[in-house]
Amino acid sequence: MPFMHIDQYRQIQARRQFLQSWACGFGGLALGGMMASDGLLGATAPAVNPLAPKKPHFTPKAKHVIFMFMEGGPSQMDLFDPKPALRKYHGQSLPASMTKDLKLAFIKPSAAVLGSPRTFKPHGKSGMQFSDYLPNLATCADDICQIRSMHTEAFNHHPGQLMLFTGSIQFGRPTMGAWVTYGLGSESQNLPGFVVLSSGVGTSGGASNFLSGFMPSTYQGTQFRSSGEPILYLSNPEGVSRETQRAGLDAIKDLNEKHFTDTGDMEIASRIASYELAYRMQMSAPELLDFSKEDPKTLEMYGVGKKPTNDFGSNCLLARRLVERGVRYVLMMDASWDTHTNLNKKLKEKCDATEQPAAALIKDLKQRGLLDETLIVWGGEFGRTAMAEIRNLSDPDNAGRDHHPNGYTMWLAGGGIKGGTTIGATDEMGFNITEDKVHIHDLQATILNQLGFDHTKLTFRHTGRDYRLTDLGGEVVKKILS
Amino acid sequence: MQMNGLRLDDGEAALKGGHSGVSIIVGDGSRSPLISRVTSTEKGKRMPPAGDPLTAQQIAILKQWIDSGAKWPVAATKAADPRSSHWAYQPMTKPAVPAVKQSSWIRNPIDGFVLARLEKEGTSPSGEASPTTLLRRLKLDLLGLPPTPAELTEWLADTSPGAYEKWIDRFLRSPHYGERWARPWLDLAHYADSDGYEKDSVRPGAWRFRHWVINALNNGMPFDQFTIEQLAGDLLPGPTTEQKVATGFLRNTLTNREAGVDRREDRFDQLINRVNTVGTTWLGVTIGCTQCHDHKYDPFKQKEYYSLMAFFNDAEDEDIDAPLDGEMGPYLRALPEYRKQKAEILEKYKIPELQDKWERAMLAAIDDPGKDLEVDFNVTSMKAMLDYADRMIRRGPGGRTPKESARLTAYFLSSPGNAFKGDKEALARIKDAREKLTEANAKLPPPSQAQTVRSNQDNPVTNIALRGDWKSPGVEVSPGALGILPPLKAAGPRATRLDLARWLVSKENPLTPRVIANRNWQEFFGRGLVRTSEDFGLTGEKPSHPELLDWLGNQLIENGWNIKQLHKTIVMSATYRQASNTRSDLTDRDPENMLIARQARMRLPAELIRDSALATSGILNPAVGGKSIKPALPKGVAELGYGNSVKWKESDGMERYRRGLYVHFQRTTPYPQLMNFDEPDSNVACSRRRTSNTPLQALNLMNDPVFFEAAAALGEQLTSQHGPLSDKLESLFAQCLNRKPAAGEKATLANYLDRQTAIFVKEGRSAEDAQKDAWTGLARVLLNLDEFITRE
Repeated sequence: MPFMHIDQYRQIQARRQFLQSWACGFGGLALGGMMASDGLLGATAPAVNPLAPKKPHFTPKAKHVIFMFMEGGPSQMDLFDPKPALRKYHGQSLPASMTKDLKLAFIKPSAAVLGSPRTFKPHGKSGMQFSDYLPNLATCADDICQIRSMHTEAFNHHPGQLMLFTGSIQFGRPTMGAWVTYGLGSESQNLPGFVVLSSGVGTSGGASNFLSGFMPSTYQGTQFRSSGEPILYLSNPEGVSRETQRAGLDAIKDLNEKHFTDTGDMEIASRIASYELAYRMQMSAPELLDFSKEDPKTLEMYGVGKKPTNDFGSNCLLARRLVERGVRYVLMMDASWDTHTNLNKKLKEKCDATEQPAAALIKDLKQRGLLDETLIVWGGEFGRTAMAEIRNLSDPDNAGRDHHPNGYTMWLAGGGIKGGTTIGATDEMGFNITEDKVHIHDLQATILNQLGFDHTKLTFRHTGRDYRLTDLGGEVVKKILS
Repeated sequence: MQMNGLRLDDGEAALKGGHSGVSIIVGDGSRSPLISRVTSTEKGKRMPPAGDPLTAQQIAILKQWIDSGAKWPVAATKAADPRSSHWAYQPMTKPAVPAVKQSSWIRNPIDGFVLARLEKEGTSPSGEASPTTLLRRLKLDLLGLPPTPAELTEWLADTSPGAYEKWIDRFLRSPHYGERWARPWLDLAHYADSDGYEKDSVRPGAWRFRHWVINALNNGMPFDQFTIEQLAGDLLPGPTTEQKVATGFLRNTLTNREAGVDRREDRFDQLINRVNTVGTTWLGVTIGCTQCHDHKYDPFKQKEYYSLMAFFNDAEDEDIDAPLDGEMGPYLRALPEYRKQKAEILEKYKIPELQDKWERAMLAAIDDPGKDLEVDFNVTSMKAMLDYADRMIRRGPGGRTPKESARLTAYFLSSPGNAFKGDKEALARIKDAREKLTEANAKLPPPSQAQTVRSNQDNPVTNIALRGDWKSPGVEVSPGALGILPPLKAAGPRATRLDLARWLVSKENPLTPRVIANRNWQEFFGRGLVRTSEDFGLTGEKPSHPELLDWLGNQLIENGWNIKQLHKTIVMSATYRQASNTRSDLTDRDPENMLIARQARMRLPAELIRDSALATSGILNPAVGGKSIKPALPKGVAELGYGNSVKWKESDGMERYRRGLYVHFQRTTPYPQLMNFDEPDSNVACSRRRTSNTPLQALNLMNDPVFFEAAAALGEQLTSQHGPLSDKLESLFAQCLNRKPAAGEKATLANYLDRQTAIFVKEGRSAEDAQKDAWTGLARVLLNLDEFITRE
């Protein structure tokens, strides 16, 4: 009777211990091979650990993703995609023929053009263009690939963010990080596979940018909080020492095992495993978050401990430390790039706070040999208009830009992406894409491709339909692959 | 394949075309839209949408076939539709209870159906669960609370005939029954206390609907009435306030108040949500697919989807006074003085004159935007924040209800925008009036508010939205039900929501009784007879016991849709009373217990985990109904809300110890304990919850102050209790797990106590403190056991 279950349970325990002791020695792929029998891509219900490492469809270029989400929509023509013509037409309304297909959230098509006061220069061997707001990022030109031809359906924040992260503007689909965790499991035995870091004030999308939708919650992002405890309920209650916690856990485990013998319910085995992982997280998180052993030069490079770079810089450094410890997918949410007003001032503030740390992350991963296996993606849910949005006529510096879902720029680095590449182009005014359109679904397909997935085959069945991140679209952007 | 009403697997339908017009022009391939679609190089236009494009040769064949007359083989001219013969759409059967061999096991007809199947499979049911397990199971299933040690003693001593039934009746009379059973219904209604999306504004009257549900369930409201009042209470003759409050069911859809959102789009999304909710909740169909195209698997047409939407298109939002007992007296007493003060304030600061100017400025900007960008922006914000704003302004002061006038004036005073830019005197008057009015408001104890719907007399037109896009209207449709089901009889010339509600619960409709019986069964067995309780269509699973499902559905109708009676029938059965332990003889043959050869071990839902910890430790506040509460929230949770706009003020005193059902649900930053244990996100109807098992749950139970406080409360009780260790452990087990500990369990805990006490002493506590704290630690161990958060 229950003996079979006990044996099963012991087997599982033995395998876990085996894996734990070997986890440091092997990369994720070797582990993936061993654990493939645990239920690849959810074919069978994994009774023990749904986060066990799994093999993707083919040999991947990247093992990790760091997604730097610049919430609100950075202005592409003030940062990456120079549009000198805007200065020429500055202050003029455009002919209706040019603006008839525009979808605008706030301004009218008749709004006046806003020229960019930014100066652009080519950088690196590739001569990639960056504006004067991005001096540090520009030094990484030859590791970066700019896509200047992004487009999406949504032109309001929350739907735009849902589109970017779930492939649909409808609520309730799993997010990209959940898809990756579902597909690859977690390489880390002591940390969640999908971690979320945030900076700035809250985002429009909030938790819907990292939830698991109709997938099991196991795959959702675990938020490391920027205020309060990094992981919810990570610390013991006051007066509970590590030894006390362990004594309690031993008793819990013992009683749970006894009850498992009585009932034969595998859920109890999972519960025991969850408690043990929780304890390991408690033990390993303080080390993860402790920057004291980092070289002061490294801290300096990220801008840790200095205004205004400290928040984003700390998150960038933490992202590197997470990736080093086997975390698959790090989502960094930085709010808010929604520059409807005071564009020049606000955009500078955002850049000053983030561009040095972002550049530091690229360089640091590179010098540690981790950039090749880590895909960095940077961008917002859409871009911004060529025309001005003015909410206060009496203030000459008030002008900003509205939402523009067409022809905006995102950049990628590492993870098998060809550095020094710029693809896509927009017309003179930055209204429409003139070459190499890249839809959000194409970006998603490319990210999954780098992780070893055919995006049409990474599916999850829900209410009788096989869903995928790329919904019904998506083509891998082959031009940017190295 | 079907898109926009176009079917290409049926000759007749293919030649007829779709919602965008004809697709095949017989005899002229090059002009046929079908050919231009398959040859298009434009992504998104080219057909088929997925996979490789057709080869040049295939296209040539297709074109030549159209040129030569587009003749279909006879067999394909009218494709036989297997979908209409799908089991779920057939009329209910009246199955006889099957004969069985082991007839002594039978307690009621449910058992006949279950046992007949088991005997056919050559196996037998499990034995009855132990009495202690049974009491815990019954009380958790019916009331969502664990039994108290006193109840346990009384139950074990009660050997009177009919004791089991007597206890069931007692539980069914408890006011906690409505709390337990409200929650699965609120999952379907996707109840929340805030709007959702970026702004996620609080909905102060949302709880009033929850209050209604609890009362309706406690009062045993028949399910047909329960249905009618929630979908169309406002359309009943002379509706009572409570009947209007019931329509709050429809108000749980999200509202996007992000400035810049198109309100028509948001309204369309809400209507989509309402149609889908009705599909899931009553019909068990995934009708959402037909928003964009005819259903690929089930016999639903895109046109039918918008016919259903037409029922809801007439319903507009209305917030009403919905006082609870005792609220009206103080309100009415304070009202005359308030009205007097308000009139004085408005007059003193000459607000009507300012408001008039503001309204004219707003109206001008609405009618002719682009003149003043600043006022345009004010209009955008106003439309997002104030429902029906432009209509209220357009109607003028004489055309508004008093409530509308009050809302508009309040909005004006809070957001005068740029209409008075530079006019310091006017702005000062507005500010003063706003402050004075706030003071006056504070003295008026307002009656509870409720979110309801009412019929819009303008009868807005509903069109098919081509490809599901509201900006591409297709043909106009009138209200109508799904053609596959028996026809809907309208009482008047045009079918209304009331007709729809009556149709849903009509005797002829086979889906509703099956879906409702199934979902109730699911709550008692962890799985429905149809496991996909949200999908009875072709992509859903087939029932494991189809006759039993129909028998239960018939019972429901014959007993006048009496839900309590259905619950009683289920829990009285021998099937329900089985032990839940897994059976080695069936692990391979029936790993998922489809045969119901045993009961199920089910992890408690999120709310009941909280309730159990509070109840077990004696700190639960058992008050029933009322407003939402806010327990302590860890730092960093509310901060995730947009622009730090979410405010979380902890509830006072005993309020924060109320049941999980009452915890304020803020959609963008929900209460973490509920989310960790799989409370649905409340964005769409949820018919069955998933059950995850994660390390975050472990951290939550071990370290969340709510659970630690419960452990400390138990620890204190144990410290003050005298007697031998064994007795204390037994009473702790009775309290937490409602059973006696086994010898091995006692040994584990005794060892733990010694080890823990020693640790505390080593850490510098006095012997007395160490012992006391070790008891808290021991209680914490029990509250963290899998068994504690499981109903067996």
